Amino acid sequence: MANPPSPNWIRRLRWSAPILAAPLAGCNWVVMNPSGDIAVQQRDLILISVALMLLIVIPVMAMVVWFAVRYRATNEATEKDYDPDWDHSTKLELLIWSAPLLIIIALGALTWVSTHKLDPYRPLDRIDANTAIDPKVKPLTVQVVALDWKWLFIYPDLGIATVNELTLPTNVPVRFDITAATVMNSFYIPELAGQIYAMPGMKTQLHAVANKPVKGVGFSANYSGAGFTHMRFGYQSLDQAGFNAWVAKVKGSQTALDRTVYQTLAKPSEKAPVAYFGTSEANLFDAVVNLCVKPGQRCMKELMHIDMMGGAGKESAHETEGLQYDFPNSHVIEQTDQNKGQETAPDAPGAKKAPTADHSSPSGADAHAQHR
Amino acid sequence: MIFGRLTWDSFPWEEPIVVATFCAVVLGGAAVVAALTYFKLWGYLWKEWFTSVDHKKIGIMYMVLGLIMFLRGFADAIMMRLQQALAFNGSEGYLNAHHYDQVFTAHGVIMIFFVAMPFITGLMNYIVPLQIGARDVSFPFLNNFSFWMTTGGAVLVMASLFLGEFAQTGWLAYPPLSGIDYSPATGVDYYIWALQVAGVGTTLSGINLIATIVKMRAPGMSLMKMPVFTWTSLCANILIVASFPILTATLILLSLDRYAGTNFFTNDFGGNPMMYVNLIWIWGHPEVYILILPLFGVFSEVTSTFSGKRLFGYTSMVYATCCIMVLSYLVWLHHFFTMGSGASVNSFFGITTMIISIPTGAKLFNWLFTMYRGRVRFELPMMWTVAFMLTFTVGGMTGVMLAVPPADFVLHNSLFLIAHFHNVIIGGVLFGLFAAINYWWPKAFGFKLNEFWGKVSFWCWQVGFWMAFTPLYILGFMGVTRRMRVFDDPSLQIYFVIAAIGAAIVAAGIGAMLLQFAISIWKRDELKVEGDPWDGRTLEWATSSPPPEYNFAFTPVVYDADSWADMKKNGYQRPLTGYQAIHMPSDTGSGVILAALSTICGFALIWYMWWLAALSFVGIVGFAIFHTFNYKRDYYIPVEDVTRTEEERTRILAAGV
Amino acid sequence: MSSATANAQAAPRAYHLPEEPHLHEGHSTSLGFWMYLMSDCLIFAILFATYAVLGGNFAGGPGPKDLFELPLIAINTAMLLFSSITYGFAMLAMEKNRVSATQGWLFVTLLFGGAFLFIELYEFSNLIHEGAGPGRSAFLSAFFTLVGTHGLHVTFGSIWLITLMVQVARKGLIPANKRRLLCLSMFWHFLDVIWIGVFTFVYLMGVLR
Repeated sequence: MANPPSPNWIRRLRWSAPILAAPLAGCNWVVMNPSGDIAVQQRDLILISVALMLLIVIPVMAMVVWFAVRYRATNEATEKDYDPDWDHSTKLELLIWSAPLLIIIALGALTWVSTHKLDPYRPLDRIDANTAIDPKVKPLTVQVVALDWKWLFIYPDLGIATVNELTLPTNVPVRFDITAATVMNSFYIPELAGQIYAMPGMKTQLHAVANKPVKGVGFSANYSGAGFTHMRFGYQSLDQAGFNAWVAKVKGSQTALDRTVYQTLAKPSEKAPVAYFGTSEANLFDAVVNLCVKPGQRCMKELMHIDMMGGAGKESAHETEGLQYDFPNSHVIEQTDQNKGQETAPDAPGAKKAPTADHSSPSGADAHAQHR
Repeated sequence: MIFGRLTWDSFPWEEPIVVATFCAVVLGGAAVVAALTYFKLWGYLWKEWFTSVDHKKIGIMYMVLGLIMFLRGFADAIMMRLQQALAFNGSEGYLNAHHYDQVFTAHGVIMIFFVAMPFITGLMNYIVPLQIGARDVSFPFLNNFSFWMTTGGAVLVMASLFLGEFAQTGWLAYPPLSGIDYSPATGVDYYIWALQVAGVGTTLSGINLIATIVKMRAPGMSLMKMPVFTWTSLCANILIVASFPILTATLILLSLDRYAGTNFFTNDFGGNPMMYVNLIWIWGHPEVYILILPLFGVFSEVTSTFSGKRLFGYTSMVYATCCIMVLSYLVWLHHFFTMGSGASVNSFFGITTMIISIPTGAKLFNWLFTMYRGRVRFELPMMWTVAFMLTFTVGGMTGVMLAVPPADFVLHNSLFLIAHFHNVIIGGVLFGLFAAINYWWPKAFGFKLNEFWGKVSFWCWQVGFWMAFTPLYILGFMGVTRRMRVFDDPSLQIYFVIAAIGAAIVAAGIGAMLLQFAISIWKRDELKVEGDPWDGRTLEWATSSPPPEYNFAFTPVVYDADSWADMKKNGYQRPLTGYQAIHMPSDTGSGVILAALSTICGFALIWYMWWLAALSFVGIVGFAIFHTFNYKRDYYIPVEDVTRTEEERTRILAAGV
Repeated sequence: MSSATANAQAAPRAYHLPEEPHLHEGHSTSLGFWMYLMSDCLIFAILFATYAVLGGNFAGGPGPKDLFELPLIAINTAMLLFSSITYGFAMLAMEKNRVSATQGWLFVTLLFGGAFLFIELYEFSNLIHEGAGPGRSAFLSAFFTLVGTHGLHVTFGSIWLITLMVQVARKGLIPANKRRLLCLSMFWHFLDVIWIGVFTFVYLMGVLR
């Protein structure tokens, strides 16, 4: 573009601005504008590190353009500067190694401190930037199980459980204990905090806090098979009163979550509806982590104890009952369970009795569009 | 029994897209076969190309393979963009999960293993021996064999399109999802055997090129007088030899789990799936440096040549390359910070990752100061290089963002990550390849590429790339993650539509590039060049274009890193007499046969045709032994032939001046 | 072109060799083969690492103490070490160009290698018979794979050895055959080193732990 932009051109630009801005208009950059303190700190970290890097990136990019234009062969001014054998300058070389080095030292220090401070295993020490945590407040524990392809949330302190809906009280620290039933998933609520993998036979943790009432969405961020794309759940945070009301509502559900119900629930299904369980069997999560929900299945804990003792003797080689956990074709939806491809109701016993007024969409992940 | 689990139903009859593709491929293939037969080209192809051990011809065949697979991989990309642009407001798009999950897996596997790898291997194969003044590589037969093994792997991946299915696991096939219980069909087996067959080829070609560079440099070419491209190739090949065996071993363990009932990566019987994730990334991270390092070399050569200047900071360039090579082994865990390792482990790997950006940054500055006080000619290779510098800087910055573990917790597996690695792989590897193709095409074929269509392609790529991936960066900030097939939130659609348009513009860029090749071949007489069209600086430009099969009539002697520039400066006169007979390796069909048997063996294992697998395996061993009984593997090009070739060139040079 | 037009600065540098430098045949073979061995070593490194990670996961089944019979393994180790020594003798004979002595020592090496493989297969079949096959636990998967991969290498080494004996019989100790014998020698000793690692880390430490 050799000519300077004409007024006409500017006018056209202004006219088209709404079109250009359209993608930005209705958007919610949730990662840049989250409602949980952990996610806010993670956002700040992104911004600081970008700012640090721009210190060097902008000059470099400007220099690329400037040198490319200034020293182009067709520029006559180039001729007198031309120095084909100039290939070394100790000062410059020191500069080009030390400038990035300095940035990385700053960034590395930031990384070390922030990684420890925002370690998902570390209990929170603040509710938000201005409020320290009252040491008397115990964190609310939520046990998260990634099933094929839905999420089970158990609230052990409250004795309740839900499927595909997670509700938290605001300004109460929360500890998630996370595992998966079959394959690896990643538990991610952009509103609340960064993600952490959900892995079978293992327990990971995430500490977080919600700071304001909000409706959002959570999902699996790690591909886990055919039903993965619909593996989403509704997330909401309510003030303490609202949360208590919500708990009472769930407790009103007559369905109980026990091992039998869990096994039905764990069968692969897509777009499972939200379900509430008024009571939930104690230690169920523990059994899930140890891969021994099914009767007769031997728990990992027990097997690890035998490992510690150096094995169970020669005869134990033939004792393989209750050890197999993965089964062939366990990752497909049975045709009989597939209810015209819309919902898979049979696996969610609590679903029919649960009030669905809050969640019109069957996947419970409707809130993403209108949550702000 | 005879066909294992291969039945009539293995063909995906119910997928109209696949059936249509299949018909097109069959018709196209039949047309090609018919044409080759009609023009009696089979013998020519077999004698002059397929069985050739000439590193130049093998290099060109690698490039052709990469180009063909690039079109396939890009078709997958377009399908994904289209699906994600459509699947809104309750629509499921046009791809079901079974199909879509194969598409994104195949896209990743093909682009890394069967596009980027053949491209860079082909480039190194063609250029490195010329740059070091050698006549061929150290093990010419092995070179031919390596190429055909890579092709065999590509054939298996392509076969999965029409027979059975490809993996639905993502490109690294994490267990337990990729285990036999959760993925019982042929998909993961195709994945395993395609990569194993191709992996053998890659490892051997790595060994081959290292030996070539270490042992066959022209007299006078000490390590610190090697051209930078040769340096980066050396480092890349060291990485290949030191990392591909890890991939091989890891895939062996996965295949034992699937075939022999072992329990390495299962949930039960004490298996540990997370170990696979660690192992595969111990290979996987060096792999990305295998891809980018040779292209760093290309950018160095191009910048220096088109600035008409020595490369700034040759020594620091070499050290930077070596630093990157070593550091690439210390960063693998940054691919899964979210697995829940302790904070100290995570920050260690985060910081090592950031440290890599120091030598990379130094390289960028070196290219910058090579332009400084130069005379920069904006021919196509230089345009791609400047575009690389701008694009790659952004990609590097987003990469360092991802290296901060708490930031990675919100960006991991998001479309921001997707945008980041496309930003470095397209902006680095692909732009570098296009620079290299435009730069060395005249070397390989004796005529330049058409400039107009090259520029059209260039601008389509620039615009298309940013249009396709800027929305993905933004979507990452909106908490949208990868491998999603359907979306709930309608406000996201516009971004995916823009990205799809960007992909379409890239498609136009690819089309323009193919057109550029076609037109240039068509008008090759007008674009004809001799020897050294760019005023090159390294040895490959000292011989004719295309080079004779023996590369140099006389072995050159080197005094400087820019040896050809040094020769020109000191008034080097091309010798016109005194030619001698030249010792060369003989062609052999053994590579084709062994690779074909390996491919058949892989295919048989995929389909559980045990008899065929056993038979072809015995065939491989037997034929390899048979091959070793052939002791006559070389011959001499008679002095008359050398004289005739060189005198012909003398005539052309005289006419040109 | 440019080479002809550049101004002559009277720097009498020779820019090409008048005589073809004679790279001897197989100039890169030992370097190339050495690199192959290193890449193979990396495969074993991964298998060792896998064993280190999974070696304690018995899945409620037997552990090393229950399964390994050290005396048998000691005999097996001796077989392989002897075979390395006899291969060394074969190489010494080769240096002196004594074809029949070379062949004889190679044959003895083959016998020791065969004995090693036989004992290993005997051990494996015993284990499988007792129900402790590779699928019983991750520990056994890692064990069978590590030891089995080594055994597979010895098998291929033996096939290669036979091939070379035929080739020496037909062509004598020509340079090409000597080079091949040298490569196999490196391969064979390499397997010996790997086995010492297996014996120490898998068997000794398994039983003593």
